[in-house]
Amino acid sequence: MKSFLKTSVACIAALTLTTFSAAAENVLKWGAQRDVVSLDPYSYGDTFTIAVLNHVYEGLVRYDDNLQIAPALATSWEVVSPTLWRFHLRQGVTFHDGAPFTADDVLASLTRVSDPASPLRGNLPAYQSAKKIDDFTVEVTTTPNYPLLLNDLTNIVIFDKEWLVANKAEAPTDVGKGVEGYATAHANGTGPFKVVSRKPDAETVFEVNKAWWDKPRHNIDKIVFTPITSAATRVAALLSGEIDFTNSAPLQDIPRLQASSDIKVLASNELRTVFFVFNRTDKTIASDITDKNPMNDIKVRQAMYQSIDIDALQKKVMRGLSRNTGSMVAPAIPGYVEALDSRLPYDPDAAKKLLAEAGYPNGFTFSFVCENDGYVNEEEICQAVSSMWARVGLKATLDVAPTSLQTAKFESGKFDVGILGWANEPMIDSYSILVQVVHSKTGTSGVFNWGGWKYPEVDALIDAAGKELDREKRLDFQSEALTKIKDDVAFLPLHQQPMAWATGSKVESLVQLTDNKPRHWLTKMK
Amino acid sequence: MSVEQTVKMPAAPRFARLRTFLDGDLVYGFLRTPSAVISAIVLLVIALTAIAAPLLSPQDPYDLTQLYLDKAELPPIWTAEGQAPYLLGTDVQGRDIFSAILYGSRISLMIGFASVIVSVMIGIVVGLTSGYVGGRIDNLLMRIGDLVLSIPTLLVAILVSAIFRELLPVSMRDAFTPVILTTSIAITSWVQYARIVRASTMVEARKEYVLAARILRLPPLRIMLTHILPNVMTAVLVTATLNLGLAILAEATLSFLGVGMPVTQPSLGTLIRIGNQYFFSGSWWVVLFPALQLSLIILAVNLLGDWLRDALNPKLR
Repeated sequence: MKSFLKTSVACIAALTLTTFSAAAENVLKWGAQRDVVSLDPYSYGDTFTIAVLNHVYEGLVRYDDNLQIAPALATSWEVVSPTLWRFHLRQGVTFHDGAPFTADDVLASLTRVSDPASPLRGNLPAYQSAKKIDDFTVEVTTTPNYPLLLNDLTNIVIFDKEWLVANKAEAPTDVGKGVEGYATAHANGTGPFKVVSRKPDAETVFEVNKAWWDKPRHNIDKIVFTPITSAATRVAALLSGEIDFTNSAPLQDIPRLQASSDIKVLASNELRTVFFVFNRTDKTIASDITDKNPMNDIKVRQAMYQSIDIDALQKKVMRGLSRNTGSMVAPAIPGYVEALDSRLPYDPDAAKKLLAEAGYPNGFTFSFVCENDGYVNEEEICQAVSSMWARVGLKATLDVAPTSLQTAKFESGKFDVGILGWANEPMIDSYSILVQVVHSKTGTSGVFNWGGWKYPEVDALIDAAGKELDREKRLDFQSEALTKIKDDVAFLPLHQQPMAWATGSKVESLVQLTDNKPRHWLTKMK
Repeated sequence: MSVEQTVKMPAAPRFARLRTFLDGDLVYGFLRTPSAVISAIVLLVIALTAIAAPLLSPQDPYDLTQLYLDKAELPPIWTAEGQAPYLLGTDVQGRDIFSAILYGSRISLMIGFASVIVSVMIGIVVGLTSGYVGGRIDNLLMRIGDLVLSIPTLLVAILVSAIFRELLPVSMRDAFTPVILTTSIAITSWVQYARIVRASTMVEARKEYVLAARILRLPPLRIMLTHILPNVMTAVLVTATLNLGLAILAEATLSFLGVGMPVTQPSLGTLIRIGNQYFFSGSWWVVLFPALQLSLIILAVNLLGDWLRDALNPKLR
């Protein structure tokens, strides 16, 4: 009896303690539209995944609240010669497991990300090699006169070398190819939060890193990250207070959310341009035309373009919140010129005529690969466009599935028409889309050249821009490259997509920048 | 020479049989049960409108060329912004909800019926063999059944349909989805029938008329099919009717989860999934009407099944 009393008293004490500490804790419950593809930030060039993992891992430099490059793990840097940069590293930084941060960690990370098997190597196109000078100085060799190294490095986060070696995680993982490793499910960075538990597609918990080198501007103790794929469920969760924040408020529900006094909606246009890409190899994937690939005919691509009623799409599917565009990059992206923004007019009759001229008066069938959790209202866009195409005879076989399934199809070129959105992050420069998407697949270039398109002239312009330190000249090259692909209808741009975040009553303030990346180390809770 | 052939049929057997049937207990009981009569009428109306969908609906929801975005999200016709001919409004793609419901019910009923028929056939074959042959074969077949039952139905169905989907080339996937769904539902639901048939077969197999047939040296297949099967069919029919509702629901669930009918050929479950996304934005009609139709079908089937179970069970009379 006595021992029973003792245990019950202890239990009650423990219970009160936990409730107390829970009440004192600031827990941010984050409901996202999908899970991160991996805990390894090098496993896929996915802005959302990297944005979430930026809470855990940091790079040498980062963007501040005004999207200006600011020191992070490097305190200062200088350009020694056109091919050589020297970085001075921050001292006294530790990883989440307590290991100190040194030059060796930078070298190990750069080696890992530039590995030929790394899907993120395209994010660091000019990197040649790196050398340790002392424990807190690193020299990086690049291709001559490369202008955007710092922009690139905002995305290249630093791993702990000892941790990589101890867990045999030196080799990069790749979500697209299904290559996994220790870093897929474990994380050890220097960032403001550390991962305490992870259940893929269910829940990932981040706890504040008390030993963070920077002075925290947030007051969060714990972030509970839950993917909620169904838009309606996400809204219901927000309305009921089950989540405090979502980075993807469904466009159709914004009026409903705004009507609730507790909920704040932050909506504006983001940098991301959404466009269709074409399979440009000799063979179609799933079409009734098998002897050649109709997508290689500019008339067919133009017909596809001109049969899309972008205004109806903007008004109905995007709820008037997207920005229709003819350009592959948003106006805020250097390299954009206004002339690029004009669209080919919506003209289904002209489209039919073009198809007839190309030799397909009755159209043809083809596979149209789309995701249902990637871009804003993506599934609805693809459905609506399929019916617009059907009216001119282009019969799309719509293949809609989650990103986790479709990525592999895109990377292996198993599509006739696909969808891609490019935000030019982290570079915030049109060189990003040019070198990673437009350029043919060579070396670190063209990592996202899914359909095998090839424009030697454009490649030459991009290569020239990559060696040009004079900003004006470089942007001229880039605009010219963008104009050339526009003239050939190499891609089919739709719009710059809207972004809509929403917060519940417990969130006091947060920072939303045009790159659509949540930065909760700047979030204040009540 | 079998026993049946020696019995002479009366003249004009068809009408006489109908007469006996109509005067029988079953019909009498049926007409005395309002819930059964109403369910039967509702089901009949739904089935007929579903079959006649191409004639009744103002739009072919499967024909993408007929979907116009400028007609998207129109409310039902009796509200201020409603437009003819969109009786129950349209969804976000400009799909007429009324037409989509008719076409969707068609798919839902078709898959429901087909999967019940397939699983009943598997169940009968397995159950008869098991019950009549017995021994090792009985053991083997029943353990396979136990194995199937030990995994949740929906999980197996999701797995099977996902595997089939990935195996098929993209261009054939949409056309074969109903077949895939039927198979995946049937694969998981035959065990119930097999167990019922096996149990009744074991009882029937010991009765004198089977013994007589055996003494006459009739082949086992003939004994199973013409002597035993007619006597175990009642129980199977009742279960099948009750399970029809479950099968339709299983299809709707799979489509709701996104592994069923594609968005371009929506079944009721797909329509509910699409509509669910617009529930908070005020477009209630996109989800409400397909959901009502589904509930109506399931309710009617279940009430009818319940009545049939009571009517055919001598103990409950």
